[in-house]
Amino acid sequence: MKEIVCIICPNSCRLQVETEPELKVSGAKCKRGVEFAVQEIFDPRRSLTTTVKTIFPDYPVLSVSSSGDISKELIFPVMKEIRGFVLKRAVRIGEVVISNILDTGVDIIATSEVRITKEKENETI
Amino acid sequence: MMIDYDVIVIGGGPAGLAAANAVSKDLRVLLLERENRLGGILKQCIHDGFGLVRFKEKLTGPEYASRFINDLTDEIKVKTLAFVSRLEKREEDYRLIYVDREGLHTPTTKNIILATGCRERTRNQIFIPGNRGSGIYTAGTVQNLINLLGICPCKKPLILGSGDIGLIMARRLKLEGADVVGVYEIKSEPTGLTRNIHQCLLDYQIPLYLSHTVTKIIGRDRVEAVEVSAVDSKMQVIPGTEKIVACDALILAVGLIPENELAEELRLRMDPGTKGPIVDQNMMTSESGVFACGNCLHVNDLVDYVSESAETAGRAVAKEYQSRELLAVNIGSGLAYLLPQVLDLNENLNNLVFYFRSKERLGTCRLILSIDEKDVWEKTYAQILPPEMERIKLNLDKYNLNKNNKIQFRIEVKG
Repeated sequence: MKEIVCIICPNSCRLQVETEPELKVSGAKCKRGVEFAVQEIFDPRRSLTTTVKTIFPDYPVLSVSSSGDISKELIFPVMKEIRGFVLKRAVRIGEVVISNILDTGVDIIATSEVRITKEKENETI
Repeated sequence: MMIDYDVIVIGGGPAGLAAANAVSKDLRVLLLERENRLGGILKQCIHDGFGLVRFKEKLTGPEYASRFINDLTDEIKVKTLAFVSRLEKREEDYRLIYVDREGLHTPTTKNIILATGCRERTRNQIFIPGNRGSGIYTAGTVQNLINLLGICPCKKPLILGSGDIGLIMARRLKLEGADVVGVYEIKSEPTGLTRNIHQCLLDYQIPLYLSHTVTKIIGRDRVEAVEVSAVDSKMQVIPGTEKIVACDALILAVGLIPENELAEELRLRMDPGTKGPIVDQNMMTSESGVFACGNCLHVNDLVDYVSESAETAGRAVAKEYQSRELLAVNIGSGLAYLLPQVLDLNENLNNLVFYFRSKERLGTCRLILSIDEKDVWEKTYAQILPPEMERIKLNLDKYNLNKNNKIQFRIEVKG
């Protein structure tokens, strides 16, 4: 029997998972918790939030997030791939910055936006 | 003499944004933010988990902030890089002094909403002796450096404090390639959310040392090591347990303090339990027309509740108020704090939202409301812990309260 804490919502339900004689999850207050527990036992995945370098002086880095969860063991390889990337165009929230990273089927999407306004262009520090 | 604004909101983070949006559309609003962009602390909180309660989505900090920034109507006047240096109560209005790039401004307003957030406790405030080399940072500073400026200021950090920001930064630093020595916590229990212990420390094999603290910083020009010591149940250092641990940065996540210099300038009545102003169910403080919301009122765990308290304040702003009849909400055993701390009996007593924290971790227990020593309502919890603030909604109009009643909330352990 494995004890897992669900990380889906602030409730942090303590779940008990049994795999023998059959798969059983108890302690979840909602369906998502059960799904999380099953995923966690067979292929633990995590969302990834980080930043990418940009060419914009006012936004030297831009926050990004994975569009879906990534296998735990791929987190550091994905981070290495992201470190080699430089954003060269202004993006809005939700735009894909790196598509299908390391063939995971997951995109890296912008969670902030780069706002280049006329005011800023004329501004001198 | 015409008053310039019906309300001035001080702070453009999640509290100020939600409050400004909630103010009645026929009132004139000015929103002042001291940084150059709106969003407050959410700008640097690039991790997700925001908005689970409010939007049923797992958003990052900037995404959550952008929803409220995009909701700002053109009628709401917004000034960034605007720093409020003075707040003055006058007979008919309030007068502010703020400074921005255009110079000094002295607008007058009928109402003020304080949404000034909180600040971090520093090394000096927790008295860690030793050298003063570079490499000593608060966790929020490191978060700002990494997530907004793209600078990682260390290679081998040691983190003191297991609050959420400490846990989040432990993971962030590990992802950025740092060798995170460990998270040290003076209490015997972690102070951050349980799910963060799992997704930030356990997931990344970052050790957590409970009942430990940092007792000295070593390294003249740059941090080279710290001395850590075990502490007893009263959080006193146990002599002989000192150990030197090599690191190149000490990151402090040792508490957030509501930022209330302006509240103190107005001499608002404060609650030592929350370190914020005492408010009624509309988030109005002891001064008529002055509201407080968000982290300057009490430090929240969930930004969803910041938005909720801010909207309560914004909606309550009016040009005139009838006089209030205030009844104290007392707290008994088990509660560290509960707010609102007073109820205005002349206002709506239905759908009242209360926020509270317990003093210590408790198993199965009950939150009990008593009126004049008689228990009238209760709610059972499987467990309550201080790091996880609780929220309840109650209708109190059925009790026909008057100013002579004594109302009290308390927590009792079951069985």
